[in-house]
Amino acid sequence: MSDAKDDDLDDYIEASARVLGLPLEPAWTSAIKANLQVTLRLAGVVAEFELPDEAEPAPTFEA
Amino acid sequence: MDAWASAAEIAEKVASGATKAAAVTETALARIAERNGVLNAFTAVAAERARAKAAAIDAARARGVPLGALAGVPFAVKNLFDVAGLPTLAGSKINRARAPAGADATLIARLEAAGAVLVGALNMGEYAYDFTGENVHDGPSRNPHDTGRMTGGSSGGTGAAVAGGLVAIALGSDTNGSIRVPSSLCGVFGLKPTYGRLSRARTFPFVASLDHLGPLARTTMDLALAYDAMQGHDPEDPVCVDRPAEPVAPLLARGTDGLRIAVASGHFKRGAFPEAAAAVERVATALGVTREIELPQAARARAAAYVITATEGAALHLERLRKQAGDFDPAVRDRLIAGAMVPAPLVMQAQKFRRWYRSEVLKLFAEVDAILAPATPCTAPRLGQQTLVLDGVEMPLRPNLGLYTQPISFTGLPVVAVPVPLEPLPIGVQIIAAPWREDVGLRIAHRLETGQIVAARRPPE
Repeated sequence: MSDAKDDDLDDYIEASARVLGLPLEPAWTSAIKANLQVTLRLAGVVAEFELPDEAEPAPTFEA
Repeated sequence: MDAWASAAEIAEKVASGATKAAAVTETALARIAERNGVLNAFTAVAAERARAKAAAIDAARARGVPLGALAGVPFAVKNLFDVAGLPTLAGSKINRARAPAGADATLIARLEAAGAVLVGALNMGEYAYDFTGENVHDGPSRNPHDTGRMTGGSSGGTGAAVAGGLVAIALGSDTNGSIRVPSSLCGVFGLKPTYGRLSRARTFPFVASLDHLGPLARTTMDLALAYDAMQGHDPEDPVCVDRPAEPVAPLLARGTDGLRIAVASGHFKRGAFPEAAAAVERVATALGVTREIELPQAARARAAAYVITATEGAALHLERLRKQAGDFDPAVRDRLIAGAMVPAPLVMQAQKFRRWYRSEVLKLFAEVDAILAPATPCTAPRLGQQTLVLDGVEMPLRPNLGLYTQPISFTGLPVVAVPVPLEPLPIGVQIIAAPWREDVGLRIAHRLETGQIVAARRPPE
């Protein structure tokens, strides 16, 4: 979805952990990074599907 | 009373006086004591409460009070349901410090109002972020068909308790497949109703915009009886619709004449093991179904469900992650921390996509009444298994057990998971219906059951 580099993601994880007040043990970071990569990849799959500006989101969903 | 008796049989015998609720309860408690050491389905057994409730039912009958449709039927609930007097664990270590619940979840109260007897709370994957049924704090629930294998999750103890003959009915929750995956791997029937149909009041949430509750059972009639007893508006769950109860048990035997049924193609035909494809084929053949239909952008729907789950789940647990990250199951913690870091615009795009997908999927129901799809890509994996091979590519097991369930719950459709008793292990098929048409899925399931195409086969012991 973007051309962020691997190091960028490491920096992003460290910075966002600080901003969010989340602990970040060195032993956890590789798994967190792997999970974030998967989620961002899937978010990219969704985002590349073009929808009009007027498309309504469904945060409170009703079937 | 046989521990394997159905809920309908138990209720009939208790109502007629052929047996007493107290005797049924003792049989269930003895059965749990005998088998739970192996299956690890229960995390709490409410023996005293169950005996008191059973005694009250027997006393009511002696006074001539009419009994409910589930009189004397033992049931249990995933441990994210509030049970008065117990802390609501939701599979976690952290929640053990919570105060005991002050009142039962609405669905427990409704089953008990119909005469059912709560016998305990069931093991589950931590905070329901799980498809395996494994739990680092309580140990894995074990599949009654092969105790070296997974139950599926996150309602793993629910699947094990029903498939193992510990209770006739048990309740689970399903955010992305957590009722349908254990139903499939444990070989029992499961119902994930329409989003908003059943109250979630006094249950521990996971992803509010995707969370559903529902029953698992060994027969379609038991599934219908439990579902009927739980229906109805509840102002204590803001998502629960104000819609009259629409009982399905009286409709089960109506058959399937006139129903238009198709097999899901595209995403739902990719990645399946031969067993999953064979199960769908067997069901489709029995129903005379030859038509195929494609749910548009189903793989993208799964991706969007994944994003919403990771981020909403992270929002729910943010404070616990800040203060008690070390007390989480590491696999859950790492996914939630990653979820907290996903930029908000990506989540909103997933929510916009959700609305689009819903409108496209609803169009399909102008052409068909029900859609068949595999419930899981494979039969029960071995405990501890980390990967599986889909279409020749080794993939992480955990998320991919929900490959076929996630795109369906994403749009809130009702699904009945039916067990195809393949050898050596069973596997489920999803019968997917239009919103609010649980009756259609259950009628098809009932016809397959009477035709002996699907069945909750009794496991070896």
